[in-house]
Amino acid sequence: MIVAGCDVGSLTAKAVIMEEGNILAWEILRAGTKPALSAQEVMDKALQTASLSIDQIAWCVGTGYGRKQIPFANGEESEIACHGRGAVWAAPSVRTIVDIGGQDAKAIKVDARGNVIRYLYNDKCASGTGRFLEIMADALGIALDDMGELARNAKDPVTLSNQCVVFAETEIISLVNEGRNIADIIAGLNRALANRAASMVGSIIAEAEVAMTGGVAKNAGMFHALETALGVTVRKIDHPQLNGAIGAALFARDATAARS
Amino acid sequence: MITAGCDVGSLTSKAVIMKDNRILAQDVIRSRTKPAESAVAVMDYALQKAGIILADINFCVGTGYGKDRIPFVQQAVSEISCHARGARWLLPTVKTVIDIGGQDCKAMRIDKDGKIVKFITNDKCASGTGRFLEVMARLINVSLDDLGELSAQAKAPITMANACTVWAQADVIQHLNDGVAAEDIGAGINNAMASRMAVLANNIGLERDLCMTGGVAKNAGVVSALEKLLGMTIKRIKKVDPQLVGAVGAALIAGDKMERRTAS
Repeated sequence: MIVAGCDVGSLTAKAVIMEEGNILAWEILRAGTKPALSAQEVMDKALQTASLSIDQIAWCVGTGYGRKQIPFANGEESEIACHGRGAVWAAPSVRTIVDIGGQDAKAIKVDARGNVIRYLYNDKCASGTGRFLEIMADALGIALDDMGELARNAKDPVTLSNQCVVFAETEIISLVNEGRNIADIIAGLNRALANRAASMVGSIIAEAEVAMTGGVAKNAGMFHALETALGVTVRKIDHPQLNGAIGAALFARDATAARS
Repeated sequence: MITAGCDVGSLTSKAVIMKDNRILAQDVIRSRTKPAESAVAVMDYALQKAGIILADINFCVGTGYGKDRIPFVQQAVSEISCHARGARWLLPTVKTVIDIGGQDCKAMRIDKDGKIVKFITNDKCASGTGRFLEVMARLINVSLDDLGELSAQAKAPITMANACTVWAQADVIQHLNDGVAAEDIGAGINNAMASRMAVLANNIGLERDLCMTGGVAKNAGVVSALEKLLGMTIKRIKKVDPQLVGAVGAALIAGDKMERRTAS
């Protein structure tokens, strides 16, 4: 039985095609302004990689910010549920998930089957979301993807006095003007974002193990900063950015199992 | 007796020179990167206007974000105290003052003797501060000074879905792309600003009369939106630019200090 999950986020769209618990193909694309088009495009690419057509997908579940507009989805699930499900599938010992998306952040507590017990969600304040790093990368004139690598050379990370993205942007510009090392600034930004995530995790009374999902988890500096902020080891999973789409595909599998 | 007040804010720096309860001279400049430089520059302009030199000032009080870095002041005093003192002098019936700065927002309640009873400050989140309007004005390509008038022409103001300055920018861009008229967007921006201020003001409990200080008080769109939200008239400060109230208060407090000194 071939199933698929499609996660249309604010910044990227993700598609995963699975068969019997194995990932056949996946794709990540930058999302356009229309969720329906982004979904179509990312799924087409994944289908091409798997040499399949959409008719061969028995069931597809959509998730993410644009989940209601995915034309080919048979059902939808919340991102919270998908991230919980995906993370426990990737690493069965995971009970807490920190997901930092492009425009939101979540801390999710799950049981052994990946069912959500408790969660906290922020999409009201840009600080604490992936947007924070995106804006800062822009202000520093560096690529978002290079931030993890650049932070490696930090010796004395800066401490930001502002949490608000707008105020923090001004603050880092003056730090640059004062001649502070870019690596130290980036490490300071990672630390600031990690502290925000850690306070969410604290509020849901996290349990070991903790995993980090979402595109930001690919940033090694951020990963390390979160470990420091939480004071625990954070479990690495294989496809952190695909996690929501994987969870969606797993829900699709459940749906087909329930029908047959 | 000549006193002075110097209010070095994040966006603008203000100086006021007073003699016997009368304003002799005043000036406002855009703040420079170093608060000390801003203070010296704005005070020099005011001194020139008054035709006096710094040595003629008997007492000078500094206030604002850069108050601890002003080289020529005898004392630094909190913005809350200065705004309360200034507002009270300009409008003796005032009990509640809302001050919007370039990077913060404050609401304070004062008793009949001018003592501060309660206050609240937001300097953590750009939304609801002057910075919000600054960012939004730039986005719709309107000068900050024109934003108030612009919203007066609005027919169908937009509703902002987000309070966060970052997300609100995305809202505004969406509306611009949809071809919404600039005045309707401008009015939506002013309404959003007012609704954040109303939260702060309601938090300390309003008492009549109410006035607004800081540069945003000149934005008629924000003022009338806030009046509607609070269900209360906002008394207009007419004697001076509302932006100067903190510096006026500082100069008055300088006078109080002098009086106490000569009395003892």
